[in-house]
Amino acid sequence: MLKRPAFHVDMQACTGCRTCVMACIDRNDLPEGILYRRVVEYSGGTCSRNADGTFAQDVFAYHLSIACNHCQNPICVRSCPTGAMRKDEHGIVSVDAKLCVGCRYCEWGCPYCAPQFDAKAGRMTKCDLCRDLLEQGQPPACVSACPNRALHFGEYEDLASMFGEFEVVAPLPDRAITQPNLLVTPARNARPSGSRSGCIRAAAHPGTPRNDTT
Amino acid sequence: RTAQPPLRERDVWTSCNVNCGGRCALRAHVVDGVVRAIDSEADTAGHAATACLRGRAMRHRLYAPDRLKYPMLRVGARGEGKFRRASWDEALDLLAARLREAIDTWGNESVYLNVGTGNWGAVLSNSCSSGAPTISRLMNCLGGHLRSYGTYSYAMLEAALPYTYGGAWVDGNPITDVAHSELAVFFGNNPATTRMGGLGVSHDLARALRRSGTRLIVIDPRHSDTAATFADEWIPIRPGTDAALVSALAHVLITENLVDHDFLATHTIGYDEDSMPDGVPAGQSYRSHILGLGPDRTAKTPGWAEAITGIPAERIVRLAREIGAAKPCYIAQGWSLQRQANGEQNCRAVCMLPILTGNVGIRGGNTGAREGFFTMPFAGFPTLDNPVAASIPCFMWTEAVRRGHEMTATTDGVRGVDKLPSDIRFIWNFAGNCLINQHSDANRTARILVDETKCRTIVVIDNVMTASARFADILLPGVTNLEEDDFALSDYATDIGYVIFARKAVEPLFESRSIYDICAAVAKRLGVGEAYTEGRDRAGWLAHLYEESRRLLPGLPERMDDAFDTGIFRMRDPEAPRVPYAAFRRDPVANPLDTPSGRIEIFSKRLWDLGKTWQLGPDERIPGLPEYVPAWEGVEDPLRRTYPLQLIGHHPRQRTHSTGDNVDWLRRIERQELWMNPADAALRGIAQGDMVRVFNARGAVLIPARVTPRIAPGVLSLPEGAWYAPAQDGADTGGCINVLTTQRPSPLAKGNPQHTNLVQVEKA
Repeated sequence: MLKRPAFHVDMQACTGCRTCVMACIDRNDLPEGILYRRVVEYSGGTCSRNADGTFAQDVFAYHLSIACNHCQNPICVRSCPTGAMRKDEHGIVSVDAKLCVGCRYCEWGCPYCAPQFDAKAGRMTKCDLCRDLLEQGQPPACVSACPNRALHFGEYEDLASMFGEFEVVAPLPDRAITQPNLLVTPARNARPSGSRSGCIRAAAHPGTPRNDTT
Repeated sequence: RTAQPPLRERDVWTSCNVNCGGRCALRAHVVDGVVRAIDSEADTAGHAATACLRGRAMRHRLYAPDRLKYPMLRVGARGEGKFRRASWDEALDLLAARLREAIDTWGNESVYLNVGTGNWGAVLSNSCSSGAPTISRLMNCLGGHLRSYGTYSYAMLEAALPYTYGGAWVDGNPITDVAHSELAVFFGNNPATTRMGGLGVSHDLARALRRSGTRLIVIDPRHSDTAATFADEWIPIRPGTDAALVSALAHVLITENLVDHDFLATHTIGYDEDSMPDGVPAGQSYRSHILGLGPDRTAKTPGWAEAITGIPAERIVRLAREIGAAKPCYIAQGWSLQRQANGEQNCRAVCMLPILTGNVGIRGGNTGAREGFFTMPFAGFPTLDNPVAASIPCFMWTEAVRRGHEMTATTDGVRGVDKLPSDIRFIWNFAGNCLINQHSDANRTARILVDETKCRTIVVIDNVMTASARFADILLPGVTNLEEDDFALSDYATDIGYVIFARKAVEPLFESRSIYDICAAVAKRLGVGEAYTEGRDRAGWLAHLYEESRRLLPGLPERMDDAFDTGIFRMRDPEAPRVPYAAFRRDPVANPLDTPSGRIEIFSKRLWDLGKTWQLGPDERIPGLPEYVPAWEGVEDPLRRTYPLQLIGHHPRQRTHSTGDNVDWLRRIERQELWMNPADAALRGIAQGDMVRVFNARGAVLIPARVTPRIAPGVLSLPEGAWYAPAQDGADTGGCINVLTTQRPSPLAKGNPQHTNLVQVEKA
C-alpha cells in the first residue's frame, strides 16, 4: 500500500473518451446520477464567418478526467460534522457509512465534487481508489482501463519525478485549497487555472467542478 | 458506497465485436452463471487490447431489458412492432416455407442478405457487409442468393481509389509513420473517436506524435476530438468541398514549382499533356485543368476555392507551401469526405497531394488513403460457391425491393449481369440495423417495407428490439457473443495482428440461439442439412477452423482449450514497418501497378469512358480527373435557399454506429444532441440545451441543441446511429440522422452520401 497515492493525467493523450468513467461505473455499479470519476470538456474561442464568408477560428478544447484527489488537506474531512469522512494511513479518503448522516457539507466544500450524495441510501459516496485492487497491488480500475494510457497512479513523489510538478490548468481550482494528490501534464492548448477563456460545455453529468461552469 | 469485492471465482476471456474499427479483449467475471463485472487486458508494454467504454458497458448490453427472449411472429402491420410469441419449431417451419416459396417463385436472385455489422469480429458468428457466412452458406446450399458489394463505411473510396492506384483496395502507411514525417495533414479522420481501442490508431497516433513532435493539421467541418487533442491547427471546411481545396493547393504547388517532377514523370500518367492516355482530346490533363487551360477555362486558384470551401485564400497558399516543403509529409483521409454525393471525387482528390509531392511509397509519407494495418491469417467459415452472378451495390437494396427488375449495370451499378432478373422478395437481416436505421431516408425505407406485395418476407435475427427488428415478419432471438465460443480477429491494429479466443461466459439467455444453429435447423428443414453441417455441430466447426488456422499460424497452441485459457494470441507484422507501394516507388517498370498503364493514373481513361456510357443525372458527372464536382444538395445547390444548413453525422463515442443506443450506461455518458454553431443558434433564438426541430423535405427530428464553437457556421452535425423512433406526427424523437438523409446514390459507387444533406432548424 502507498503512503501518498496520487493520480497523474496526461492530457496530451486524453481524448475524452470516458472509458475511465465506464470502468468506474461497471466496477462500482454506480447508479444514475453518481460518477466517482468524470470527464469534462473545457473549451472556448469562436468559429465565425469573416465579411467575405470565409471561416475564422480560435477554438480550443480539451478534456479533463477527474476523480477524488485524496487531498493532503481534504476539505471534506474538515467539513464533516460526524467524523464519517476520514483519510486513513494509506492516504485514502473515504466515508464511514455507519457515521454518515448525509448532511452533504463535504459535497459543498469539495472543489472537485468528489463526495456525491446517494439519495436512495441517504448518505455520501465517493472514490476509494478501488481499495481492494490496491490491496492486491493493482491500480484503480479507471487507470488500467485507459486505452490511450493517459492515466497513471502511484506514490506522489514517484509520479512527480517521472512527470514533473505541473501548474494546474483550467478549470481546476487553486491547489492551495486542498493540496490535491493530482499531477497533470497539460494539454497542448491548456489554459491556466483561473482563466476565463473557456467554459465547461454540455456538462450532462453530475459532479463537474463548479467554478467556470456555464 | 464501497467497491464490490474482487470477483475472481471465474474469469472468462471474451471480446468486444462491434464494428468500430478495433477489436478488444474483455474479461468477464462470472459468479453463479451471471456476469458481475467486465474488465479488459491491462497494459503489456503498450500491446494490450484494452477495451474502451463501449466494450466495458457490455454487461448492460448483455442484460439489457429489451433483449429478445423468444421467437416472435408479426401480427400487426409491418413496422408496427406487434408480434406474438412462437415456438422455435413454428418460427423455423415458417421461415423455411417462406424461403422455399421465394426461391421457387422468384428465383435465388430474390433472396437478399442485408448488411449487418453487429458481430463484426467473430469468425463463425460473423455478420458481414456482404452477408453473414453462416447464412451465405445456407443460401449457397440452396442455389445461391443475390450478391452485394460495397459497404456503408467506404463505398465511394473502395470504388474510386483503385482507378488511381489499381488493385482492389488502396492501402496507406501505418499511423506510426507520422513519427517519421515533418508534417501530417488529416482530411476528416477522427481516430480519437473512431479507433478508440487500446491497440488502436488513437493510441498509436498519440505515441507517435509524442515521440516526434510532428505538426498535425486537421481539416474538418467539426473540431473533432482528434483536432482538439492532437492537432496543432484545425482548419474548418464546408462539407463536400475537399476536392476544391485540393485543386487550389495543387494550383499553388504547380505555380510555385513545389511538385515532384521526377516522380510525376516516371510514376504517373495524366499530369500534363505529354502523359495523357490515347483517345483523349487535348486540354484534359491535370495541369491544364488546374491552371485553367482545360475546357472550363477556370484557374483553380486559392481565391476560386476560398468561395467554395470557406477557407481563406491566404491560408490555402500557406498550407500548400507547408505541404510542399515538408519532406516527407503524411497525408491521410478519414471516410467522411467520401460519404458524400461527390465522395468519389473528394477521396481521389486528396490522393493528389502525396502524388504531386512524391510522398507515395516512402517511410513517413502516405498514399492519401487512410492509415494501413496488419492482418493476421486465420481460417474463415466456408461459404461454398454462390451460383448467382448478380450483385448490387449494398446501398441500392431498397431500390431492388421497389424496382429490381428495372436495375441495370449502367443505371444502378448492377454487376455480374446486365439486368437484375428479379426484385428482392426475401430479406435476411442478421445483427444489423441497416433495415431501417442505418440506411438512408428512414421514412422512405419504411414506406417501401410496409408494402407487403413487394418484399414478402423479412427475417430479423438480433439481440434486442432494434428499430430494424420492428420491421420483421419473423423475429428470432440471437445470442450475444458472450453466450457462445468464438474467435475474434483484430482490426486496424497498426503492426500487431491478434486473435481473441472468446469463450462463452454465460449460457444463452432466455431462448436465444446461435446463428449457426438457426441456419443448420433451416438447412435440415429444406433437405440440405448434411451439406450444410458436413456432420459437424457448432463446436465441431470451431475445432475444425482452429485446426485450419494452426496451419496458417503454427505458433498457436496445440490444444484449442489452451488457446481459450490464454485469451489472446498476438503476432507482430513480420514486414513492419510496412510501406505500401515501396517496390513500385523503387522501380516502377519492374513493379508496375495494377492499372492499365502500370502507373498511378491521375487521369483515368477507364473513368472517362464510364462517364460517357453510364446513365447519369444532369447534375452528376464521372470525370477522368480527380477534379471538384459540386455536390447536388451541397454548398452550391440552390436548394440552400430553402434549407440553408449542411448536415453531417459524426461518430459519437457513446455508440458504435447503432450498437449500444439502448444501453443505459452508454446513454449516461453523453446525450444525443445536434451540434450547431453559436451564430446559427443565435439567428434562430436557440440556446444551449433547447429542443429544436431539424428538418427537410424527407423528414424531421426533434433533438436538444448543443451550441458549440466546435462546428463551423452553416454546418450541423447529428451523431449517427441513434435509433429511429417516429412519433405520431412522423417526427423522429430518437435523433436518427437517417430521417434526413437521401437514398439518391453517388454516381460511380452508387454509395450512401449520408453527409450530404441540406436542412433547416428551428426552435421546437
